[in-house]
Amino acid sequence: MGTILEARNITKIFPGVRALDNINFSLGEGEIHAICGENGAGKSTLNKVLCGVYPHTDYEGDLLIDGEVSKFKHIADAERKGIAIIHQELSLFNLLSVTENLFVGHEINNGGILDKNAMAKEAYKWIDWLNLEGVLPSMLVGDLGVGKQQLIEIARAIRLTGVRILILDEPTASLTEKETELLHGILMKLRDEGTSIIYVSHKLDDVMELCDKVTVFRDGESVGSADIKDITQDELVGMMVGREISEMYPVMGELPGDEVIFEMKNFNVRERMTHKQVVKDVSLSIRKGEIFGLYGLVGAGRTELISTAYGSDRYIGDGQVFWKGKPLKVKSPVDSLKAGIAYSTEDRKVYGIIPTMSVQKNTTIQFIKSFVNFLSIDKNLEVTRTEEMVDNLGIKTATIETKIVNLSGGNQQKVLLARNLISDIELLILDEPTRGIDVGAKQEIYTIMRELVKSGVTILMISSELPEILGMSDNVGVMHRGRLTCVLDNRAENLTQEMIMEKAAGI
Amino acid sequence: MSDINMAGAGSAKKSIKIDLRKYMMVMALVIIWIVFTVLTRGSYFTPRNLTNLFRQAVFTAILATGMFPVIVLGQIDLTVGSIAALAGGLVGMLTTWMGLPFWFAVAIALIAGMAVGIWNGFWVAYRGVPAFIATLSSMLVFRAVLLGMTDGITISPMPEILKGLGAGFLSPVFGYVLAVLACVVMLFIQWNGRSKKIKMNLPTSSLIIEIIKTILTVGLLFGFMYMMASYKGIPVALMIILILFVIFQYVFSSTVFGRRIYAIGGNANACQLAGINIKASTMIVFAMNGVVAAIAGIFLSSRLNSASSAAASGAELDAIAACVIGGISMLGGIGTISGVMIGALVIQSIQNGMSLLDTPSFWQNIVKGLVLLVAVWFDISRKNK
Ligand SMILES: Nc1ncnc2c1ncn2[C@@H]1O[C@H](COP(=O)(O)OP(=O)(O)OP(=O)(O)O)[C@@H](O)[C@H]1O
Ligand SMILES: [Mg+2]
Repeated sequence: MGTILEARNITKIFPGVRALDNINFSLGEGEIHAICGENGAGKSTLNKVLCGVYPHTDYEGDLLIDGEVSKFKHIADAERKGIAIIHQELSLFNLLSVTENLFVGHEINNGGILDKNAMAKEAYKWIDWLNLEGVLPSMLVGDLGVGKQQLIEIARAIRLTGVRILILDEPTASLTEKETELLHGILMKLRDEGTSIIYVSHKLDDVMELCDKVTVFRDGESVGSADIKDITQDELVGMMVGREISEMYPVMGELPGDEVIFEMKNFNVRERMTHKQVVKDVSLSIRKGEIFGLYGLVGAGRTELISTAYGSDRYIGDGQVFWKGKPLKVKSPVDSLKAGIAYSTEDRKVYGIIPTMSVQKNTTIQFIKSFVNFLSIDKNLEVTRTEEMVDNLGIKTATIETKIVNLSGGNQQKVLLARNLISDIELLILDEPTRGIDVGAKQEIYTIMRELVKSGVTILMISSELPEILGMSDNVGVMHRGRLTCVLDNRAENLTQEMIMEKAAGI
Repeated sequence: MSDINMAGAGSAKKSIKIDLRKYMMVMALVIIWIVFTVLTRGSYFTPRNLTNLFRQAVFTAILATGMFPVIVLGQIDLTVGSIAALAGGLVGMLTTWMGLPFWFAVAIALIAGMAVGIWNGFWVAYRGVPAFIATLSSMLVFRAVLLGMTDGITISPMPEILKGLGAGFLSPVFGYVLAVLACVVMLFIQWNGRSKKIKMNLPTSSLIIEIIKTILTVGLLFGFMYMMASYKGIPVALMIILILFVIFQYVFSSTVFGRRIYAIGGNANACQLAGINIKASTMIVFAMNGVVAAIAGIFLSSRLNSASSAAASGAELDAIAACVIGGISMLGGIGTISGVMIGALVIQSIQNGMSLLDTPSFWQNIVKGLVLLVAVWFDISRKNK
């Protein structure tokens, strides 16, 4: 097997950060090559170098394709060489249809007139190929779930004829297991047809199962490469974090008491646009001091239920909330926050970060009132508190004045966590708290969760990761198609992944 | 240890970058001044003309000040020209025609401005009508209301008291006293901020740089006062904009309200979850803009010593242009009030210079339009780097 792509001595510097430090990387023909590393290690940055997002004048080092030095000025140059990328953050147009999204920028046309029929036909072919049940070419992408959006994004990338190198940056972060399997099938098919694939992921199971080779980055440097068959998952983790991770999930503390702190009664939720009912008559109670895990497949209605109870106006919903035994009128998140309930979103790009603002301002915005001294915001206090949070959560950022969009995905996630933790709260709702977060940071977040619980905070965690649900929760609620099918006691019973999966699949 | 060094280097670079941006705008202004001074053989850069220039800039600057938070929110307000005309007209009608006391007329005009702002805010925030449409509608409606009330008659003269507002001067001595006061306050704020930072063990910028900066600012301030003094003194008009500037600067750099406006402009979805009342904030910003536009209108009528239903037509576009030239992003979330001031000054400097050269007025609009384009293009191309 020949080498199709080689990166030699690549160095890329941002103000205050060496994102890539003399990196060497080579990709063989027809292989799936994983890149692993902690948040901020430089994985996405390398990808952006490879696909022309950063022009060749912006970094040092050489990029060789088929042994020839290539200098990309634009993404289009890379596309011409057959390189396509799917970025970490989805970049679909929510208000356009599936067809329009698939063809945007490369529309089929006759002398400038769009050939809509031909495109629709192609679109059907792709939908088939991707096994996307129930999706029509005319549907708006914004109305589809994240998983389906992800697959469409992939179809868009490989639809370009002559793609020889496909780069996927954390493609499975928000996919269900079924969707992940589907995707892996597609990738293997592509590999067998001769496409070379770069696969960035924090899900090491996926890496071990799918990939042929792996290269590990740490702090902008390449730690080494290995054939997957020569390495164990533990060794891989060791390479990534440079230390051993003994226990992923910290031991559980005391049994929570019986006092119910938060209760939802008879919740029904509809989508705003389509009025489709996504949550049906759910009642749920959470005890003080516990970690309540809410599991379900993507689309089961977890986020819809919880964010509506929290006061988000994204959906239309009704139902009652009881807080410490008394009814709580939640008209908007203001009421929840006042009571001591905070919510951390699963969708950090759309509902989380404020891209125009710095790390500091993103951290303090939610509880900014607690920084007021007379009339003004006490900026010194703001700085010290933010620095504290950055230290506690191990957020990697050049300074706290850096714009949040310049942080790596995982570190943005940590900033959003900091936004909720900067003030004293009693109930913390975490929606997919470890999505896109590396193993080391994951363990840190689990530890933080345990410490929070110890200090009296109650946690409601929505998660699609079964090991996380089993490792962290006292009680597990399972949702299926908008209904709460059961609540299982993770302390008393010996729960297994299979048992929960069955409930989630509605068996 | 190395981490700390890195952080320090990063923040230093960043502050230089921001300053660079502002200096660029100031530089552009200086270049404009030099060009016109050369073209007019010096009659541009005289105390008399500069005093006029600043006085003329005040109207656009006031409007742009009110517009600034609206654009930072990611919205737009096309009503301000109509509000200004309405406010001027109301004051004229209530005083000159009906003989009511001056203060009463001003109060009514301000309330009317706020009412129009609330009307706009209601439709935008609570009924989801796009701001462009809602305010376009109000722009037509309220100018027509004024036309109906005045029958198209120009009201003149305005009450004596009011004339002082637009045309009056404060004595040079007062100007110097003010300058000294401003310096003392500035120094106190700086010293206070610095010692607090030191007390909390936070990094401070280097003392020498701060001293140089202070000396420059003080020099500029006194130079300005000297120039004004060598003509007639400080125009009262400048005091209005100065007061507004100080208020807005404070609100949008140091208060919760200001911080939240920037945040909403950056990502409204995220702000909703973070417990920010977006509707109420939008409403307040539009109401505020209404009041400020009314102030501008009262000021304009006093400067022109008349009020007519055609006054300030197209002024909203000047205000938006001033904001954009001053670096306010139309996408929301970004910009400063000092940028807006410079933007207003740039527009007026060009206008003033061209009228001094007797350029036909259509040329003024051509140049203004092109400057707007170049300013935004410059911003965008710099960002893409
Ligand atoms: N535009 C930018 N400006 C400044 N710093 C940046 C920029 N982009 C990335 N960085 C920094 O470069 C480093 C590498 O970031 P990168 O996004 O490549 O990490 P990553 O390995 O993809 O992490 P994650 O797993 O969290 O996605 C980080 O420290 C990040 O803060
Ligand atoms: Mg990344």
